[in-house]
Amino acid sequence: MNKFQKRYQVVLILFLLIAFIFVVQLFRIQILNDNYKFSANNNALRYDVLTPVRGLVYDRDTNLIVSNIPSYNLMVIPREVIELDTITLCNLINIEIPSFREKLSNIKKYSKYKASVFQKQIDFKQASKLQEKLFQFPGFFLQTVNTRRYFTKHGAHIVGYLGEVNKKKVDDEDYYNNGDLFGVKGIEAGYEKELRGEKGMSITLVDVYNRQQGRFQQGKFDTLPISGKNLYSTIDIELQKYGEQLMKNKKGAIVAIEPKSGEILALISAPTYSPDLLSGRDRSKNYQQLISNKEKPLFNRALSGLYPPGSIFKILNGLIALEEKVINKNKFYNCNNGFEYEKGKLVKCHPHKSITNLRQAITISCNTYFCKAFSDLFKNKQTTEESYTLWKNHLSSFGIGEWMNNDFVSGTKGFLPEHDYYNKYYGRKSWNSSTIISMAIGQGELLLTPIQMANIAAIIANRGFYYTPHIIKSVEGQNEIDSSYTTKKFTTINPKYFETVIDGMEQVIKNPKGTAHNISSDSIAICGKTGTAQNPGKDHSIFIAFAPKENPQIAIAVYVENGGWGSTWAAPISGLMIKKYTNNPIKKELEEFILEGKITE
Amino acid sequence: MRKAKNIFANIDITTIILFLALVVFGWVNIYASQFNDDMQFTLDFSTRYGKQLYFIIFSIFCGFLTLIIDWKFYYSLSYILYGLMIISLIVVLIIGGVTGGATSWFELGGLKFQPSEFAKFTTALAVAKFFNMQDSKNKKIKTKIYSYIIILIPCLLIILQNDVGTALVFSAFILVLYREGLSINILFLILITAILFLLSLLLDQKILIYIFSIIAVVSLLFLRFNKKDLITISIIWLASVVFISGANYFVYDILAPHQSKRIDVLLGKEFDPYGAGYNLIQSKIAIGSGGSWGKGFLNGTQTRFDFVPEQSTDFIFCTIGEEWGFVGSLLFISLFIGLICRIVFLAERQRSNYSRIYGYSVACILFVHFVINIGMTIGLLPTIGIPLPFISYGGSSLLGFTTLLFIFLNLDSYRLDILR
Repeated sequence: MNKFQKRYQVVLILFLLIAFIFVVQLFRIQILNDNYKFSANNNALRYDVLTPVRGLVYDRDTNLIVSNIPSYNLMVIPREVIELDTITLCNLINIEIPSFREKLSNIKKYSKYKASVFQKQIDFKQASKLQEKLFQFPGFFLQTVNTRRYFTKHGAHIVGYLGEVNKKKVDDEDYYNNGDLFGVKGIEAGYEKELRGEKGMSITLVDVYNRQQGRFQQGKFDTLPISGKNLYSTIDIELQKYGEQLMKNKKGAIVAIEPKSGEILALISAPTYSPDLLSGRDRSKNYQQLISNKEKPLFNRALSGLYPPGSIFKILNGLIALEEKVINKNKFYNCNNGFEYEKGKLVKCHPHKSITNLRQAITISCNTYFCKAFSDLFKNKQTTEESYTLWKNHLSSFGIGEWMNNDFVSGTKGFLPEHDYYNKYYGRKSWNSSTIISMAIGQGELLLTPIQMANIAAIIANRGFYYTPHIIKSVEGQNEIDSSYTTKKFTTINPKYFETVIDGMEQVIKNPKGTAHNISSDSIAICGKTGTAQNPGKDHSIFIAFAPKENPQIAIAVYVENGGWGSTWAAPISGLMIKKYTNNPIKKELEEFILEGKITE
Repeated sequence: MRKAKNIFANIDITTIILFLALVVFGWVNIYASQFNDDMQFTLDFSTRYGKQLYFIIFSIFCGFLTLIIDWKFYYSLSYILYGLMIISLIVVLIIGGVTGGATSWFELGGLKFQPSEFAKFTTALAVAKFFNMQDSKNKKIKTKIYSYIIILIPCLLIILQNDVGTALVFSAFILVLYREGLSINILFLILITAILFLLSLLLDQKILIYIFSIIAVVSLLFLRFNKKDLITISIIWLASVVFISGANYFVYDILAPHQSKRIDVLLGKEFDPYGAGYNLIQSKIAIGSGGSWGKGFLNGTQTRFDFVPEQSTDFIFCTIGEEWGFVGSLLFISLFIGLICRIVFLAERQRSNYSRIYGYSVACILFVHFVINIGMTIGLLPTIGIPLPFISYGGSSLLGFTTLLFIFLNLDSYRLDILR
C-alpha cells in the first residue's frame, strides 16, 4: 500500500529473467552441445592418470647416479570386477588363490570405487605379458610407477629413497593417488616437488563392460604428463665412494665441503647400505631388515648424529677470546700440567713445554691455555649470565645449536644450552665459569653434528664466513638455486683473528710436536685440529681440516666413534680424503691400514 | 479474521503443495545420488537418504508447530530471536567445529547444529520489525544505516566463520530494500561496481587504469574544464582506480588460494581440469550427459561413481540434470520459481509492512540460494558451496528453510488481523 508497490513487477521480472537465462544455459549444454552426448548405452568416463617420469640425478661432474627403470603396479577398481577367471590371473602374477581372494576383499573394504594397488612393482617383462591378457579381467589395469635405478652402490644417505604414500598423504595432498611413490629421505625428499613432475590425465569413454569407446571430446580435456626436472648434485661420487670405503667397519661420519661455495662434496654416514636395496620389489623386505639392524645403517649420522666436539672446539674458544680482547696472539699462559678451577680440582693437561701462546696451544692442544682464556673471558663482564650469553652468541654465528636449513629434510640443531638451562640445573647465580669449565675444551653439555663441524672447518678456511652447506648445484630449467645457498653468512669474529688460529692449525700437521704430524705431506699444506672426546665408552676420534692453506678447496670433518685419539683414525682419514680430492700422492701403507682397520665387529 | 476452530482454513495450500513437491523430489534425488548396485535399502541413520527422511519428517513437524503459534509471538520476539542468533554465531566462532575450511557448527546431543542456517529467518524477522516500527515519512539517513547494520552484523560474523557462500545470501536483502524504496541509483551503483569488478579481474590492471584516465581526460576536454566537473570527474577517476587495485588485492591476496583459483578458472584465465576446474567440468558433464529426457531414475553414471563431489549436498542439481534431463530440469526450475513467485504474490496481499517485508525476505533468500547453487553447477558462477533449498541433503538447512517459509505462511494466515 505504498508508492513503491509497482516495484514488485521489477522483482518478478528479475526472477523470471534469471530463470530464463538458466534454462537457456541448460538448453545449450543438454541439447545443443554434442560434447556431452555420450549418454547412449549408459556410458561413463574413465580417468586414467599418466605418471610422469621422475627427474634424474647427476653428480658434480655430470655422472649419472640415479635414473628410472619401467615398472608397473597392477591396480584394481573392485566395483568393476566381474566374472573373474581367478586361476589365469593368479598364474600371471604368481600368487596363490586364497591370498588373491583375501587381498581383493581387503581392498573392497577400503573402497569399492577408488583404484587401489593390487600387486606392486611388476617388472617390464611380466607386465607386457599381463597387458596382453588384461582385457579379460575388467576392473584391473596397469599403472606405471617410478622405480629407481642406481648407477652406483654409494651415496645412499645423499640420494635417499622413495616410499609409498599413506592414506593421510593421499587425503592431504591433491597430487598423490593410492600406490604413488614419493621421496622420503635425502635428495628424493628435499627436491620431491622438482623431481616428481606433473601428472597427466586421459579421459576415455567406456561402456558398462569398461571397454574403451574412444577419447572424450577428442582429447580436449586430456593432459600430457610433464617429466620431473633433472638435478645436478654437488656430490663428487668418486670421493663419496672413497670415503665410504675408508669408513668400512667403522662407525661415524665424514662431511666434506667446498668452502668457497658451501657445496657438499661428500657426505658419509657409516655403516651405510646400497641404495638399490630400497628400490623395486624387495623394498619392504629390505627396509625391515635395515630398520631392525642394531648398527642403524638407515640413521644418517652426518646430519643427525649428536656428538661432543672435543678439542676441535678449542679453535672457536681461541677466536672468541681474541675477539673479546681477553687475549692477543702473543698472550702466553703457563700450563703446569693442568688448570685448577676450584681448590683441589684440576683439568689435566698432557706434559709439554709449559709456557705457550695461542698458536702453540692449538698445535699441541693444551687444555690449560683454553681453560684459562675461558675463565678470563667470564671475568670480563659483570655477571656470569652476561658473559655466557656473549659467548653463546658468538658460537651461534657459526651455526652451532642452530638449524642448518639445508636441502636435506632430516637433521638436528645439536645442543648449545641457553643460560636458563644452567639456572634451572644449578640455581640462579650459583654457577660460574668454573662450573662449566669443560666447555672450554669441547666437553660438557655441548653436542654438534658432523655437518656442523665440517661447516666450522669451512668457516675457518674462508676466514670468517660460510654458505649454507647444500647438496644440489643446479636444477634443470632453473637459472638459480635457492638464494639462501648463495648468500654469504658472516660470523661475529673479525676476519683478521683467523690467521693466528690457522697458523696454529697448520703446525698441528707440519710441526713434529703437532698432534697430527702423522699425516704431514710435502705436496699440500693441510690445516687441521684433532679432537678426542670422552664418552661412556672408548673415546671418539675427531678431526677437522681444510686444504690448501691458501685458497682452500676442501674443508672436512671426520668423526669416528670409539676410535680413540683424534690422530689415530680421524686425522689419517681426513688426510686421505683431502689428498684424493686434490689429486696429491697418497701413502699406500697408510691407506691400506685404514681400509683394513676394523673398529666394529 | 482467523478463527481458532479451523487453524488451517487460511493457510495457502498452493505454497504447501509446492513445498511438499520440492522436498519429495529432493529426497528422491538424494537417494539416487547415494544409490549403487550392491546397496541395500535401509531407512535408518546409517545412510544419507535415511537420515534425510527423518530430517524431512522432523522439519514438517516443526513447520506444523510454527503454524499453530500465534503471529504475535514472532512479532514480539523478533529482536530477541535475532539477539540469540547473533550470540550463537559468536559462540560457534569460539568453540565451533570445522567442515571444509569453515567454522560453522557445534554439536548438540550428537547432532551437528549450524547457526548460520537460522541467521536467515531471524534477520528477516528483525529487518521486518525494524521497518514496521519506522514512520513511513521518516526518511532520516540514521534509519537507513540502522537497517544496514541489522543485515551486516550476521553477515560479517558468517564471513568470519570463513563461510563466504552463506554470507553472500544476505545480498538478498538488497532486493527487499529495493521493494521498500531503496533508491534505484544505489542499485545501479551496485551493478556498475559488479561490472567494474569483473573488468578489473579480466583485464590488466594498468591498461584498465589507462583507459579510465583517458576517459577522464576526454570528458574534461568536452566539458571545457568546468571547475565543478573537474572535481567530480577527479573523484570518480580516483575512486575507480582505488577500486580496480582493491578488487585485485581482494581476490588474489585476501581470498584463500583455492577460492581465487576458482574465480580464475571461471573467468577462463586458467584451465585446470584436475584441480579447481574439476568440480565445474564434472558437474557440466553430468548435467550435459542427461540430454533432453535424462538417463532415467537411478541410471545416472556421472553423479554416482564419485565423479561429482558433494553430490548429495551442493551439487544435487547434477543428479537432477543427469537423470531427468532438460525436461526434468525445466520442470524443476518452474516449480522452484513458481514457489518464489507465489511467495511474492502472497507478500503483496499483506496489509502490514511487517508481513510484507518478511515475505519478500523469504522469496529473495530462496532466490539467491537458487541462483548461486544452480548457477554454479551449470558453470555460470564460481564454485560457492551453498545448499539448494528443500533439495540438498542436510538437516540444519532443511529445518532452516522450512521454518523460514512456514513463519511466512503463518503471518499470511493472520493477514486480516495484522493491520499495520
